[in-house]
Amino acid sequence: MGTQKSKASPPAGGRADTKKKLPEHFRDYRHVWVFMELERGQVHPVSFELLGEGRRLADQLGAQLAGVILGPPGDSTQHAVAEAFAYDADLVYLVEKPLLTDYRNEPFTKALTDLVNKYKPEILLLGATTLGRDLAGSVATTLLTGLTADCTGLDVDADGSLAATRPTFGGSLLCTIYTLNCRPQMATVRPRVMRMPQRSNKPIGRVIRHNLRMWEDEIVTKVVDFLSDGQSENANLAYADVVVAGGLGLGAAENLQLLKNLAHTIGGDYGCSRPLVQKGWLAADRQIGQTGKTIRPRLYIAAGISGAVQHRVGVEGADLIVAINTDPNAPIFDFANVGVVADAISFLPALTEVFIKRLAPRNHMRLVN
Amino acid sequence: MHIVVCIKQVPDSAQIRVHPVTNTIMRQGVPTIINPYDLFALEEALKVRDYHGGEVTVLTMGPPMAEDALRKALTYGADRAVLLTDRHFAGSDTLATSFALSQAIAQIGNSFGTPDIVFTGKQTIDGDTAQVGPGIAKRLNLVQLTYVAKIASIELSARTITVERRSEGGTQVLKSELPCLITMLEGTASIRRGSLEDALRAARSEIVKWNAAEAGIEDITKCGLRGSPTVVKRVFAPTPRAEKAAQIDTTEKTVRDVADELVTSIFTHQPALEHELSSTGSA
Ligand SMILES: Cc1cc2nc3c(=O)[nH]c(=O)nc-3n(C[C@H](O)[C@H](O)[C@H](O)COP(=O)(O)OP(=O)(O)OC[C@H]3O[C@@H](n4cnc5c(N)ncnc54)[C@H](O)[C@@H]3O)c2cc1C
Ligand SMILES: Nc1ncnc2c1ncn2[C@@H]1O[C@H](COP(=O)(O)O)[C@@H](O)[C@H]1O
Repeated sequence: MGTQKSKASPPAGGRADTKKKLPEHFRDYRHVWVFMELERGQVHPVSFELLGEGRRLADQLGAQLAGVILGPPGDSTQHAVAEAFAYDADLVYLVEKPLLTDYRNEPFTKALTDLVNKYKPEILLLGATTLGRDLAGSVATTLLTGLTADCTGLDVDADGSLAATRPTFGGSLLCTIYTLNCRPQMATVRPRVMRMPQRSNKPIGRVIRHNLRMWEDEIVTKVVDFLSDGQSENANLAYADVVVAGGLGLGAAENLQLLKNLAHTIGGDYGCSRPLVQKGWLAADRQIGQTGKTIRPRLYIAAGISGAVQHRVGVEGADLIVAINTDPNAPIFDFANVGVVADAISFLPALTEVFIKRLAPRNHMRLVN
Repeated sequence: MHIVVCIKQVPDSAQIRVHPVTNTIMRQGVPTIINPYDLFALEEALKVRDYHGGEVTVLTMGPPMAEDALRKALTYGADRAVLLTDRHFAGSDTLATSFALSQAIAQIGNSFGTPDIVFTGKQTIDGDTAQVGPGIAKRLNLVQLTYVAKIASIELSARTITVERRSEGGTQVLKSELPCLITMLEGTASIRRGSLEDALRAARSEIVKWNAAEAGIEDITKCGLRGSPTVVKRVFAPTPRAEKAAQIDTTEKTVRDVADELVTSIFTHQPALEHELSSTGSA
């Protein structure tokens, strides 16, 4: 969509209305597929969120929902198969091969494009993770079909086309995009943008296996090593239930400690607005917002954050947004649920104290370094 | 060594305003900049050139005024600039953009030597899709190395390259071969300040300008609107939240009292949280 969206935006019309004429050979593209992302043995939760969305789309289309699993033979891949059904897939396409152990573009692109060409899905959804974005781009180009990145809303139109809505211009506008005359219609969605569906105990159903005809010596890129982020710095911010974040209003890097103390007290994780990453106060994976992480906690507390649209789009899914800001006119108060006009430097310690007291006696504060 | 860097001229989105009634972007007077992510790619390309020798060609597809972005890139030290401009490219989505760029890169190869590395930024700030890089790689059949945080080494004689690639939860160290396409991660090294010599050269340099035919594009239906499977059907403003935040009154209260009231308010909104935090908190 690169250049397209940078154009001023005539409302619909034009080519958007020519979408009915789907070429004959695409007519037998049916069903909704979700690519299930396996990372070192674990299914990325975004895959479940997508199965939830995929289920809804498939039901609207009267189509089936399939999970696509590419991985090494073994327990973790089998576990992913079971999980696909537990999250309501009707069937699973499975490619098992040792060379699919670590993600690499070449074998994954081939496996997924082979499957698409053979079994012809109408819609193909992937997580907008580093893996998903790497894979989706080359699969869409190989198939010469359209791909809409980082969608925030997916729907089926009256005529059965996928209407994919995504933010544009840094979240100040939304646009709805169609894929004309090509199949499958591909979209990526960031983790936490869609709700996590209920898990059920649905038994394993139909699994269609595909044999990937590719051998290790055909693959140019080799994985030499994997350096894990490590437990301590491994911010799983996107999936935290409680998130506390600071912005430039915190004034100095030392004051981040106030944030960490509060997060620790209430068993939450901490994050920040973009300028703090740019200043080097916190690592990039702590950034929340359009170019950082999307979060969906039950409680989000923002201290000293103005609430720019690029920040807002990353936090809107929170159940309860609390904002602490010295400026009563800060834009964050336009979308927060509860606001406090106060100096975060003195307010954060007081808030931490009150939480400690309220959550006592089972809780007590431990300082984080 | 020949390196091609794809850069895009984008509106400085920090200064973009949306017309409150028509929901169109008000571009008038909004300055354009080189897509900030592309500067990391350019800097990395210049570093590789400085170390291994060779040339850096910058390439952009855009309107004639995108020449400004290319000149800027020359002042940073790029050796050559190519502007791909043609009204047939208007309305390109990522598939059509990557087609046009890959054709131009092939033509750059014919004219100035086959590239060993093609760099793109991680993503643009206006399109924001991160798809054009992988699209180019696929079309040119180059090895694709995305989200590269660091180029650990390049062995020119063996034509191998080792990079550190950001992936979920860690860093993959990948060993691959040249030629390849790299999408560079942000926050690597910031762009150099270009020398006076480069600034003078940039002002004098001829920018290579190609239309579709000159870039070797025969099938124009793969470009622009016609070559774009995706189409924007509707642009609209997000629905604003109905009411503003409920403010905790702070007049004549101690900080402690205000905090107390806030916590009460939080637990009133989220009753289950109180219990869970008490039992699962950090104690
Ligand atoms: C392409 C692009 C992508 C971007 N992506 C992101 C993104 O992903 N995430 C993101 O966060 N931003 C992003 N931004 C930046 C965004 O536009 C804002 O600049 C940024 O969010 C502002 O950060 P801030 O709120 O911390 O700082 P400011 O806007 O400077 O706000 C500081 C706030 O603190 C308040 N304050 C000052 N002192 C105190 C005090 N003592 N106590 C309490 N409050 C105080 C002030 O009233 C003010 O509201 C992006 C920008 C662009 C152009
Ligand atoms: N019109 C263009 N001209 C040159 N390079 C581009 C263009 N559009 C995208 N790119 C490159 O592709 C990268 C990803 O762009 P995008 O897919 O739009 O997020 C950018 O960082 C640029 O390096």
